Amino acid sequence: MATDPIHQFQISKLIPIEIGGLDFSFTNSSAFMLATVLGAGAFLFLTTSSRGLVPGRLQSISEMAYEFIASMLRDAAGSQGMRFFPLVFSLFMFVLVANLFGMVPYFFTVTSHIIVTFALAILVIGTVLVYGFWKHGLKFLNLFVPEGVPAALVPLVVLIEVVSFLSRPVSLSVRLFANMLAGHITLKVFAGFVTSLSAFGAVGVAGAVLPLAMTVALTGLEFLVAFLQAYVFAVLTCMYLNDALHPSH
Amino acid sequence: MANREKPDDLDRRRRDLETALAARRPAGSEGDKAAGTGSMGGYGNALKLSSEFIAGILVGAGLGWFIDRVAGTSPWGLIIFLLLGFGAGVLNVLRSAGKVAEFGARTPDKGRSDREAK
Repeated sequence: MATDPIHQFQISKLIPIEIGGLDFSFTNSSAFMLATVLGAGAFLFLTTSSRGLVPGRLQSISEMAYEFIASMLRDAAGSQGMRFFPLVFSLFMFVLVANLFGMVPYFFTVTSHIIVTFALAILVIGTVLVYGFWKHGLKFLNLFVPEGVPAALVPLVVLIEVVSFLSRPVSLSVRLFANMLAGHITLKVFAGFVTSLSAFGAVGVAGAVLPLAMTVALTGLEFLVAFLQAYVFAVLTCMYLNDALHPSH
Repeated sequence: MANREKPDDLDRRRRDLETALAARRPAGSEGDKAAGTGSMGGYGNALKLSSEFIAGILVGAGLGWFIDRVAGTSPWGLIIFLLLGFGAGVLNVLRSAGKVAEFGARTPDKGRSDREAK
């Protein structure tokens, strides 16, 4: 068993594919992304296929997820925001299921790689930009000019606002990735203490109870983080989409 | 006649349910918030604010570096955009802490009318 806390994030090629000198290999990361999509899709499909008027336990989980995202989106972006419901719901389910899959021992955590979370964030910001410009044209740029700013300061403020806007996908992706990475490393380090302490005979085994208790507590915390980060990702997506829908006050 | 009455009854019951749910909803969301600010609150906030700040600086520096590369104005683009990035980072932090108005400074009644329009 590898005790290196970083080892769990290593990407290994399952099926090497190379097209035109570029590496398109099917990696363990791709495998778990596929598993995430299939898992989330299958869960939602199977639990809602019975369509009971009185939902069972599993069906009510699906319905709660729907209600949760729908009310979040409606609160943040108004009823017009509901056209983005499929996007927000897919993102939420993907991040949530990927985070939860990462909690299974020996599983790979897709969202602990910044390129994955950055791609998701770029998708959100790309949607905001494309929809904003398509719907509002150049009036979308009003987003960068706050009200009541002295004319002399407008160029400076606009530059800062533009940089601030561009930093959104970065902070969105860094937050999710850093939470998952830090959580999994902490978990692994504390779990590693258990094995290395128990090598010191009876006293070590007695001492190993402490990191074991910590590992158990951290596992609970990590489940909370998994939900919280998926929620935060979805909330911020809703807020950014609101900017695309209502750029000018 | 029984057929007539049934939908009415269902309608009334659904309305009752909706008002009951509406009465419970704010309490539920407050509970969520309390859970967020509990044991996890400090850690989550620290990560959130630092990621906002770092993202601003990184994007500013990256933008400046890119402009330098394209326009050959090294090192002025990097210097100026790094400073702008600091500004944007501070703005991000203040914004996510709720001390500065959001992008575009929406008026609150606009959002409300949208919500009621549904």
